[in-house]
Amino acid sequence: MSWPEPFFVRALIAATALAVIAAPLGCVIIWRRMAYVGETLAQASLLGVALGLALQINLTFAVVVAAVVAAMVLIAFGQQRLLALDSVLGLMHHATLALGIIAISLLKGPSVDLMSFLFGDVFAVTNGDLVWVALGGGLVLAVMAMLWKPLLRLSIDPDLATAEGVDPVLPKAAFDILLAVTIAIAMKIVGVLLVMAFLIVPAVAARPVTRTPEAMVLVAALIGVLGVVMGLTLSLLHDTPGGPSIVLAMTILAGISLMIGRAMRR
Amino acid sequence: MSAAEHDTSPCPADHPSHGGHFEHGPQCGCGHHEATPPDPGALVSARGLAIARGGRTLLSGVDLDVRRGEIVTLIGPNGAGKSTLVKLVLSILKPDRGTIFKPADTRIGYVPQKFEADRTIPMTVARFLALGNDVHAGEVTKALAEAGVAHTANQQLTELSGGETQRVLIARALLRKPNLLVLDEPASGVDYAGEAELYDLIGTLRDRHGLGVLLVSHDLHVVMAKSDRVLCLNGHVCCSGRPEAVARSSEYVRLFGPEAARSLAIYHHHHDHRHDITGAALPIADGASGGQES
Repeated sequence: MSWPEPFFVRALIAATALAVIAAPLGCVIIWRRMAYVGETLAQASLLGVALGLALQINLTFAVVVAAVVAAMVLIAFGQQRLLALDSVLGLMHHATLALGIIAISLLKGPSVDLMSFLFGDVFAVTNGDLVWVALGGGLVLAVMAMLWKPLLRLSIDPDLATAEGVDPVLPKAAFDILLAVTIAIAMKIVGVLLVMAFLIVPAVAARPVTRTPEAMVLVAALIGVLGVVMGLTLSLLHDTPGGPSIVLAMTILAGISLMIGRAMRR
Repeated sequence: MSAAEHDTSPCPADHPSHGGHFEHGPQCGCGHHEATPPDPGALVSARGLAIARGGRTLLSGVDLDVRRGEIVTLIGPNGAGKSTLVKLVLSILKPDRGTIFKPADTRIGYVPQKFEADRTIPMTVARFLALGNDVHAGEVTKALAEAGVAHTANQQLTELSGGETQRVLIARALLRKPNLLVLDEPASGVDYAGEAELYDLIGTLRDRHGLGVLLVSHDLHVVMAKSDRVLCLNGHVCCSGRPEAVARSSEYVRLFGPEAARSLAIYHHHHDHRHDITGAALPIADGASGGQES
């Protein structure tokens, strides 16, 4: 084995960048308790794969479009009062997954591997994918920086934030779109079934050992990057699948962090 | 109009919905609503507010004025629309009918109902106060000290007691340099002794800064003793005026029961002065009056 192999370097860059992009979004997801929203957007993005295959267009672009459309549907559903959001998600979550898998299996040629969309293939990341991660991720982080204070204030207490002049709708809607974009660029790397772990697990791990929201984001990014390095190393040494190895490493780090947090509180 | 009038004009919760702005006086005939224009000198002046949600009328024909240096308390049973009225004043909700006049220089500091620090968000008290307020650390410390919770600056929001949380929220509201303080049930989750101290603090802040205060409470006696004016709300303004007069009114007795009215007498004390805009004591003006005292 020659070191470092280009495919490994690409995997490392893509997954590390994703961990950094995911950190602020993951924290807001936890604060606003919208893990299920993220899962639903991820499943819906499978429809984008089918769309891309059917129209013969760039798959990542098609997935971005599908995820953003799904986010807009959720935003629209959030404005109505007939169904609770949780019910809407329960409906969309499974419907889009079923529809996506059926559509892909009907369309797929010899080159399409459904498993790689479900679980990602971090070692198959191309230079083109890295461009998507850099551009999309840069955009997401830039907009997140602008939305940070309003999102934080809405997360703490929506009534207080609104009374103090924060728009109660726009930042949340914009966040849903950013989440959709992030999921879309992450799909190739970790797949629709594991992408939310990338967002949530480092943020969960960061909570017990931090005292301010910004520290939580920084520590989440650090834990995410550490998990990427540990997971990819494990994958390289023992030939385990890349995405799941990273998620497992992040989960172990979360467990350690919980124990440290408990010890700090004593 | 005087609160005494209402003693002879019962105004039940299923009172027919009043018309729009300035229309209800003549049709209504109950004498509760007068077509007076908004008071431009008030910090907030609302006329004929009506709002319905999901087919249910939450408020109708509500007039409200809060002026500098006065504590106005909204009381009423659960579901009377107290928090709805507060949200209208704060522009969180828009009224279906009626107008809310707020002069350009009205700055509101808001203490929300049932604020609960979220365990998922790590947040120190000092960071919480600075968030969204363009202030330096010295101002944060000063506001915390003024609210009597200087020791909490480096604590997590989740570590605070109920009383400390309310005081931290008051400190945050003060940082916005308000001239109108709006507090929605500030004593919820606070024990009895803490409650009296909290209302003392609100009174002190009013005196020191000449604040107008709009207070929501379903707790009667402690609050009413501190108030300059009480609005008894039950979908509409049932009665209003000085606390003593409201407590005597048949509307109040009907809503809260004779026990409440009697127990109020125990806590009742006489104001022998009132406060002007700077907080200086003035001789008291006699008698109870409604929303449009002039």
